[in-house]
Amino acid sequence: MIQDVLFYLFAFMTLLSAVLVVANPVSRNPVTSAMFLVLTILFMAGLFVQLHAFFLAAVQILVYAGAVIVLFLFVIMLLDLKEEQSRRIGKLGSVLGLVSVGVVFVLFNRALSGLPAKVPGATGQPSLEGLTAPLGHALFKQYLLPFEILSVLLLVAMVGVILLSKKDLR
Amino acid sequence: MTSIGLGHYLVVSAALFCIGLFGVVTRRSLLVIYMSLELMLNAANLALVAMSRFNGNLDGQIMVFFTITVAAAEVSVGLAMIVALCRKRRSAHVEDLTTLKL
Repeated sequence: MIQDVLFYLFAFMTLLSAVLVVANPVSRNPVTSAMFLVLTILFMAGLFVQLHAFFLAAVQILVYAGAVIVLFLFVIMLLDLKEEQSRRIGKLGSVLGLVSVGVVFVLFNRALSGLPAKVPGATGQPSLEGLTAPLGHALFKQYLLPFEILSVLLLVAMVGVILLSKKDLR
Repeated sequence: MTSIGLGHYLVVSAALFCIGLFGVVTRRSLLVIYMSLELMLNAANLALVAMSRFNGNLDGQIMVFFTITVAAAEVSVGLAMIVALCRKRRSAHVEDLTTLKL
């Protein structure tokens, strides 16, 4: 079916570009990592569309692929980072990293293997349509207070960033 | 109907989280570590959206909305800190940041 094919395509491409963000065999340039992060986010928005979360897919592309990546690229070009290309990753570090990641993955695996019996609706057909209107209703009625607190948080972040990037930081 | 269930999405989410964790542990550039953190946040978002869809409950999507906003704020503050650090130390490399070392 077309939906299955689309799911596997998007999932595979998401994971592939995520691997290329983290461990690119060709280039260790941060700009390459940022570009593959854009790809990861776009394919993940595709997965969101598969899950019928259309609004979140749009927000994902707008906020991540738009704002966050532009910020990353600005900082990369501001700082002119080239050093990591010359330094190599230690063997001990990557082995330890692989071990810790393996442990976490085993934990996830054990959690997932017990899944279908426990979670309601895990085997049944999906029932929810994440359209924009019910999301907006929930956001502005049930979750109005967190929403407003979030706006205060954004203000705090803005003030903090301006303060942090002053020239004479004390 | 499609045969893709909740488990498929959760496996993708777990794999993505592990990739991000591997990046955080092994890479040495602060910016790439930040990107790996974003990957891990995205993995959590995917799990939340999948749970929300398959349980017929919209709360997970609201949570993801909030997570995306907080992540944007976090990235802006973190990158400002990296810029300030680079101005002071001339390096964005975790091995050069050893002020707290005994």
